Amino acid sequence: MTTATRTAADDTTKSAPKLPHPGPGIGHDEIPRRADPFAVVRHSLTLTWRSLVKLKRQPEQFIDLTLQPILFIVMFVYLFGGAIEGSTQDYLQFVLPGILVQTVVFASLGTGVGLCEDINKGVFDRFRSLPISRFAPLGGAVLGDVCRYVVSIAIVFGFGSAIGFRVQTGPLEVLAAIALVLVFAFAMSWIFVVLGVTMRNPRSVQGTAMLLGFPLTFGANIFARAETMPGWLQAWVDVNPVSHLTSAVRTLLVEGGSATGDALATLAWAAVIFAVFAPLAVHKYKTKT
Amino acid sequence: MTSYAIEAEGLVKKYGSTTAIDGIDLVARQGSVLALLGPNGAGKTTTVRTLATLIKPDAGYARIGGYDVVRQSAPVRRLIGLTGQYASVDEDISGYQNLVMIGRLLDFSRAEAKARADELLARFELTEAAHRAPGTYSGGMRRRLDLAASLVGRPQFLYLDEPTTGLDPRSRGDVWELVRNLVAEDGVTVLLTTQYLDEADQLANDIAVIDHGRVIANGTADSLKAQVGGQSLEIRPADPARLAETAAIVAELTGSAPDSTTRPGLVTTAVHDPDLLPYVVRRLDEAGIRATELALRLPSLDEVFLELTGHPAEDAQPEPAAA
Ligand SMILES: Nc1ncnc2c1ncn2[C@@H]1O[C@H](COP(=O)(O)OP(=O)(O)OP(=O)(O)O)[C@@H](O)[C@H]1O
Ligand SMILES: [Mg+2]
Repeated sequence: MTTATRTAADDTTKSAPKLPHPGPGIGHDEIPRRADPFAVVRHSLTLTWRSLVKLKRQPEQFIDLTLQPILFIVMFVYLFGGAIEGSTQDYLQFVLPGILVQTVVFASLGTGVGLCEDINKGVFDRFRSLPISRFAPLGGAVLGDVCRYVVSIAIVFGFGSAIGFRVQTGPLEVLAAIALVLVFAFAMSWIFVVLGVTMRNPRSVQGTAMLLGFPLTFGANIFARAETMPGWLQAWVDVNPVSHLTSAVRTLLVEGGSATGDALATLAWAAVIFAVFAPLAVHKYKTKT
Repeated sequence: MTSYAIEAEGLVKKYGSTTAIDGIDLVARQGSVLALLGPNGAGKTTTVRTLATLIKPDAGYARIGGYDVVRQSAPVRRLIGLTGQYASVDEDISGYQNLVMIGRLLDFSRAEAKARADELLARFELTEAAHRAPGTYSGGMRRRLDLAASLVGRPQFLYLDEPTTGLDPRSRGDVWELVRNLVAEDGVTVLLTTQYLDEADQLANDIAVIDHGRVIANGTADSLKAQVGGQSLEIRPADPARLAETAAIVAELTGSAPDSTTRPGLVTTAVHDPDLLPYVVRRLDEAGIRATELALRLPSLDEVFLELTGHPAEDAQPEPAAA
């Protein structure tokens, strides 16, 4: 911090020194600097700020974030609720935690599309010519999206409460559920970041992401209990990480009891997904031409 | 011994079956301006992107300030500022926010980043548009913001990929002025690409002419002009009847007979001494000949290419089917 302040202040008062010999290290002794482990975090946060400014400047994006969860809640609760659970009110208690998960997983599909558009625009060329980690532009995009998920989550809770959803547990459980959803969405986003970095056309990114997103959300226990499904589907639903997340969130918000098993399974999945896809995304981004 | 600020040798980059650059050799001294002159598809952008560490060459090497662009890309990135051919500013956040963001990414404190942004916006006459999104800027304003963005970190090397393409003459002059100041005051080494010999002539100490991914000629602007026949003097008398009279005056001053037939109504001749122009003007004035057109013109890129390669400048290759 101190060194940065000093150099910048010096530079404003006198122009860059003329260098007689531009050989390695001569004239610019400060280069190469020691690797700064916090730099990646700092740069990622700067680019997260960028995503948030973009969001603020394009309020129409909020329509997406707001309308989609409301539509899903209305559709499932009133359209299918009676048929599935016998009563819409009971079904609301059952499905709302699931819709919380589904909304955020769906939103994470969008990360790849946004990134692909961004990369095409040329500002990413600038990022690539700056002395920052290749992780930062991607990390910034993902973290920016995580902030958007918070908006969606607030909408789900707000609208849910308005039509009669009641949390059966305490505020700590609610916070734990939200944290779990965000951590998982953060990890999931990296799958779509890989798509966004690899593919050239945002629309193919969208299509491919949807293809992955449907089995993940509909092939899970979000809308119906696994016990009601045929065996082959149950087999998939049981391994689907989204099911673990949904079970954990449902336990934390409504059913009570121990969510530890499902929560740990969710976190393990998140860690694995992140460990595989984040480095892959950075590698793809590094070698992109 | 390393004595050049920019050194590239044998750079090759292939995209599938397209060879974008095919063994580029370049050198530039510290604090000088090197221009890459070439037609569409010659490989200018590919060269710049390689030297900016955005793409890895398939063969050859390049050193910027002594650092290898492939193996020491991090220090290279600390030395360079890049203004790409296509605006690389963020369209979705304001001009001011663009500059602050880059300052922050370069590890300026919040206050430093803001101060630097204000300073650059003022210098590029963008203060009034500072808080609008660049999407609403004119082409010239966007270019200026792009330039400002590449200067945030006070780079010692500035890469400008066709910095004035699409600009009106005034904005073009502004960019030229800026580049000259950066070189004179800050000792910045500039690599710029252009399709115009006059731009290279205005700014560059050295020019490398690129065609089909190779350097086909290089040297100072003067040596290049000498190689391609210097400047040409063009005079169009207002009264076409006085064409022969005009030609006679020119012949007397230059010592050789001008061409007054190839282009109707126009007297043209190659001149090697630009100081001749005032004498021509005075003699025409004394003879009472008014001219509607009177200029010393540099050969166009086409004429340069015709001279150097025997063929006119052309787009290098058709786009390959698969990108
Ligand atoms: N990413 C890419 N994929 C495939 N081919 C490419 C790619 N980039 C450049 N090329 C090809 O390489 C050649 C050189 O391109 P380059 O962009 O370097 O030319 P240029 O001199 O900058 O041209 P212009 O004046 O049009 O900007 C062209 O034939 C181009 O089609
Ligand atoms: Mg180009």
